Amino acid sequence: MSDKIIKVKTMAEMTAAGETPEILFWVGCSGSFDDRAKKITKAIVRILDHVGIKFAILGSEEGCSGDPAKRAGNEFLYQMQAMQNITTLNMYNVKKIVTGCPHCFNTIKNEYPSLGGNYEIVHHTQLVQELINTGKLKVQGGEFKGKKIVFHDPCYLGRANNVYEAPRDIIQKLDVELAEMKRSRANGLCCGAGGAQMFKEAEKGTKEVSTERAEEALSNDPDIIAVGCPFCNTMMTDGVKHFNKENKTKVLDVAELIAKANDL
Amino acid sequence: MLSPVVFSILLISVAAFFTFHAKKIRRNILIGKDIDLTANKGERTKTMLKVAFGQSKMVVRPIPGIMHFFIYAAFVITQIELLEIVIDGVSGGHRRIWHAIDGTALSGLYTFTINFIEILSVLAFIATITFLSRRNIIRLARFQKPEMKGWPTKDANLILCAEIFLITCIMMMNSADLELQARGETMRTASFIISSNFQNIFSGMDSSTVHLFERIGWWGHIMGIFGFLVYLPISKHLHILLAFPNTYYSNLKLKGEFSTLEAVTDVVAPNFDPAYKPKTDPNNPVRFGAKDVHDLSWKNLLDAYTCTECGRCTSACPQNITGKKLSPRKIMMDTRDRLTEVGKNMDANGGKFVDDGRSLLGDFITTEEIWACNTCNACVQECPVNIDPLEIILEMRRFLVMEQSQSPAELNNMFSNIENNGAPWQFSQADRANWTKEQ
Ligand code: SF4
Ligand code: SF4
Repeated sequence: MSDKIIKVKTMAEMTAAGETPEILFWVGCSGSFDDRAKKITKAIVRILDHVGIKFAILGSEEGCSGDPAKRAGNEFLYQMQAMQNITTLNMYNVKKIVTGCPHCFNTIKNEYPSLGGNYEIVHHTQLVQELINTGKLKVQGGEFKGKKIVFHDPCYLGRANNVYEAPRDIIQKLDVELAEMKRSRANGLCCGAGGAQMFKEAEKGTKEVSTERAEEALSNDPDIIAVGCPFCNTMMTDGVKHFNKENKTKVLDVAELIAKANDL
Repeated sequence: MLSPVVFSILLISVAAFFTFHAKKIRRNILIGKDIDLTANKGERTKTMLKVAFGQSKMVVRPIPGIMHFFIYAAFVITQIELLEIVIDGVSGGHRRIWHAIDGTALSGLYTFTINFIEILSVLAFIATITFLSRRNIIRLARFQKPEMKGWPTKDANLILCAEIFLITCIMMMNSADLELQARGETMRTASFIISSNFQNIFSGMDSSTVHLFERIGWWGHIMGIFGFLVYLPISKHLHILLAFPNTYYSNLKLKGEFSTLEAVTDVVAPNFDPAYKPKTDPNNPVRFGAKDVHDLSWKNLLDAYTCTECGRCTSACPQNITGKKLSPRKIMMDTRDRLTEVGKNMDANGGKFVDDGRSLLGDFITTEEIWACNTCNACVQECPVNIDPLEIILEMRRFLVMEQSQSPAELNNMFSNIENNGAPWQFSQADRANWTKEQ
């Protein structure tokens, strides 16, 4: 990936300039603050910039979607967050959203409507798939040609929303060998982060969930474990480190694969 | 003519006993909070036909799926033969249906049906032996979890043994009858494909002994069925009936969508919209989340009675796989056990529940289990009868957080971070777009 900084405008800036974006990029907390996840965010920005889609972010007007609060049982806090975000999104008259986080995706798509937030939202893998299918984005294998890649389904993209093919479709466009774990698609195993587990120690057990999942992914002996969620990314990276395999197997988001393969 | 009288009295008593218990189960389920699941009848019927009738989620695991299908099909189709048994029992006759249609075009159908039942019975017999060995010899992991200790394991084995008993009885009845027919003692039917092979067991016996065996088979089978009906209400085998309504009332939404609590919206929304009109009755405050069975929905409670304790959910649960206490099957079993306890309490107190100082959360399910869940929906995906253990877990979290302020300290930190900074970590919301300036 190149190092150039792409100018990203906020909704406020665009509105002040009298402009309207085609799509709002919902970055999410992880994508905004987590060092590893920020790289995914930037990869998505490069793709959007490359195809020339006019997009904006909310910047400091974006707040946590409320997913971790809701899954942890704090419906009050969730609804406070949701209504705050809905107020902002409606103020800017947002219609279409893309996000890199399956948790934000799920919450905004399925849970905001009952609180008055109705938007068309896609996960970045769905957007990329559409861009490829409509010929707006050409992809080549680049550095990944011939590599063995195994895809880990994020629960909130897969089981929660039945999106299984978009990420696989894109990966296959890279001329790679796409391997499958035994537990995949609807039977995929969680990485261990969901349900607010990301923010607490695990209960007493015999193993970390991330270790169990990474073990399964590594049993395919892949060059890359592809993910589509910043939390899965953290967990799988931990899991790979647990087995000291970080030199052999990289954990990369599908957006990063596309951006790197095409030198964006 | 003693036997028709005995039979009829038995039949009526069993039917009355079963109805009495079925009504109790219905009453217990309706302890749950009301939710409206009446819309989308077409889609609901389709789901029921696919998942319950067509067993679509069973075949995901081919071996037990096919084996279970044999038992299921044998069970359903045997009801036709059972019909004749009941007619014969009440009237004191022998093969009344055959008698009525002998010589007509329908007689071929009779023979076909009996043969079909016999073939399925053999397949069901093989399946039952397979299931018994999976549980007791191979000892598959999902049948050995802590919640299966004691009664649940006995329950499963008992039913499987009863299955073998029923099949043996019906085979004995048919083969002894064929021998009697050959001797001209009873009315002739066509030969039956399986039982004809056992006919020669009886060839050396005198006719009255063969007749006795035929009767033992006949009475054994029907007593087995009666016993099953009496036993059903206290066993996990209610699924053979409840799988149908339970799949009919399945959640039709995407699995990722968790319910929105309107009572919470009524508190939060006026902050954003002063003109907001509350949707819930302020004079009738509800408990947030669930502490006991009364706080769950009737669908959650129907789920609990429908659970077959198969453990598919638990074997797919990431937390259980990695040795944590959480087991979605146990959540369902606990819910049912507590509901049964509440039902007994009501029976003892003239139909009203009197506080017994116990609750589902605390006395049955621990907070350790509740906090371990990944909300990953693997259990929901796996369940062959569309049970949703996750919803119960979430409701308990809601109770712990919103009624008791009892969440793990780390989660409390996460909450206050979101509240103060709009992110689960301690970063300032003002810095949210800082990444745009970094390389
Ligand atoms: S949703 Fe919770 S209980 Fe169900 S499988 Fe996932 S972690 Fe286990
Ligand atoms: S909840 Fe469903 S999958 Fe789990 S034990 Fe009960 S019937 Fe089986």
